[in-house]
Amino acid sequence: MNSVSSDTSCGARFSVPDSLGFYGPYGGMFVPETLMTALFEFERVFKEAMADPAFLAEYHDLLKDYCGRPTPLYFAEHLTEHCGGAKIYLKREDLLHTGAHKITNALGQVLLAKRMGKTRVIAETGAGQHGVATAAAAARFGLKCVIYMGRVDMRRQALNVFRMNLFGAEVRPVDSGQQTLKDAVNEAMRDWVTNVRDTHYVVGSALGTHPFPLVVRTFQSVIGKELRGQILEKEGRLPDEMAACVGGGSNCIGFFHEFLDEPSVRLVGVEAGGRGIAEGQHAARFAGGRLGVFQGTLSYVLQNADGQINLTHSVSAGLDYASVGPEHAYYRDKGRIEYGYATDDEVIEALKVLCRVEGILPALESTHAIAYALKRAPQMAKDRILVVNVSGRGDKDVHTVMEALGVKPEDLVEKI
Amino acid sequence: MDRIAACFDKAKAARRGAFIAYLCAGDPDYDTSLAACRTLLAAGTDLLELGMPFSDPLADGLTNQLASERALASGMTQEKVFALARTLRKEFPDTPIIFYTYYNLVLAHGVETFADKCVEAGVDGVLTLDLPPEYAGEMLASCGKRGLKNIFIIAPTTPPERMEKIAKTGNGFIYYVSREGVTGVRESLSPTIGPMVEEIRRYTTLPVAVGFGISKKEHVATIARLADGAVVGSALVNCIGNIHGDRTQMLSKLDATARELISGCPLA
Repeated sequence: MNSVSSDTSCGARFSVPDSLGFYGPYGGMFVPETLMTALFEFERVFKEAMADPAFLAEYHDLLKDYCGRPTPLYFAEHLTEHCGGAKIYLKREDLLHTGAHKITNALGQVLLAKRMGKTRVIAETGAGQHGVATAAAAARFGLKCVIYMGRVDMRRQALNVFRMNLFGAEVRPVDSGQQTLKDAVNEAMRDWVTNVRDTHYVVGSALGTHPFPLVVRTFQSVIGKELRGQILEKEGRLPDEMAACVGGGSNCIGFFHEFLDEPSVRLVGVEAGGRGIAEGQHAARFAGGRLGVFQGTLSYVLQNADGQINLTHSVSAGLDYASVGPEHAYYRDKGRIEYGYATDDEVIEALKVLCRVEGILPALESTHAIAYALKRAPQMAKDRILVVNVSGRGDKDVHTVMEALGVKPEDLVEKI
Repeated sequence: MDRIAACFDKAKAARRGAFIAYLCAGDPDYDTSLAACRTLLAAGTDLLELGMPFSDPLADGLTNQLASERALASGMTQEKVFALARTLRKEFPDTPIIFYTYYNLVLAHGVETFADKCVEAGVDGVLTLDLPPEYAGEMLASCGKRGLKNIFIIAPTTPPERMEKIAKTGNGFIYYVSREGVTGVRESLSPTIGPMVEEIRRYTTLPVAVGFGISKKEHVATIARLADGAVVGSALVNCIGNIHGDRTQMLSKLDATARELISGCPLA
């Protein structure tokens, strides 16, 4: 059985983080003092839960029956033909409950919140997927739920806002800064500092202060564990290469973690290249960032020379963020994970291709990895295997894609 | 010269609490901010906390966020903050000045260079909001060898054993945050301030200042009885933020507000 369990297994990949939450030089707990005690408590409860068979049994039952795990591994025959190179497999996280990999972590953290006796959960959201997942899990367990979302993102992802409302969550618009993901994180942190005694902050990606990168990685690593069994069953061997998009980096580290100690498997993370690598035009932290502390963690940060955080841009709200999870920075330095980026234009083209040849509409975030595969697969021999993580589905993005393609709803009506 | 210790000693000898004023450096622009700092110091401020404007001040409430935004929009940089401190140091040689900042701003220079710049500007200490003592080794070493103080925060959520650790790591003074939450004006003070300050005093002889939410003369008077100093931020920043355009009017409002608050300091 593919399962989440405590990090007691052997393997170099379990050697980080250290007791201070560092992944090499990256990570740590750079937060106001008011939160420190809650974070220590969260780490303690998390470790206890991971060693508690009853907790794990409840979590796995819910992953299976409530969320729909395991997600399929699909051989994309027509995409493979289209590219004319490596065999392309898609890990179908887009088929999960609420539409993306996010529910796997949100559910786990809501269970931990219950275990800690918290009555209220809060979360930040960019694309809305993590907000929807947290709202769903909170509804399932009867916890109060407040989601912080930048006003710009609320406009881009109005359907997800309404979905959160249907689940009983209050979505609070954030008007500070650029009104996107990082501003939503600031507001969520302010709420948490104020209400830390009864509230748990369900961080949605493998970033922020320790222990969040560890907690999120542990929950999401089920993706890679499922994949190992599935690919061995279908192909009798491990893949040659794997690709996933990287915003904060939760789907990516969850997909890769199982394979970090398998040197034959090449691992590639794909960041948001936006309109190209110029200040304020992208969110490719490894292409334009430098070392800094942002929202609780030491990692690569898009910032100016004076230490002010730069504006970012991506067609996908979920990748539109100025920093990246510390574990990614660590594996980038080690050369174990390679990082590239895809631009907005490449992403829109790739989305059209996957829709046409496979009938699959991926989230714009996940499409960054598809865009990479379209370039990479033709360079690989036909007996090679490339697995792409389709971390979420694209229903939420239809409006954005229409805008990007210059299609107006009234045009469609005329055609009909 | 240890200006921080001297200022608390002086206040204690005069049987009053120290008055600690916070302003965001460069709010709403360099010249006005310099005038505002001069006003507060002339009004009798014992210690000035200068906030480094930051794009993402996650420990601050709306008032200070907006102040940061105004400062940055006016073209404020860290170099200009150092220049502001340097100017005030010449005019007010005895009043301690500390920086209230976020760690990314320190790292932008590198910790050693940042500490050098602080010393060169005549700054006495640094409070880094998102740098808990466990992660402050480099900062403590760099500041320590230059005689710069590292001020740490203790919160209502800090348990006694951790309180002891923070009290023994920090120097200059201890900054006790009066309640969970971000900076900002509050109507009333938390009833737990007195017992918490007493608990902190079990672990240190450093002065204890109390901040967050202190906005009225009565608050200052209460804190003066319970602790060694009261920090007022948002109530002063609001004087700048709420009056647009007329600098003279703003400065006179700031002066009146500061004097009113300071009148709460003497122990009756």
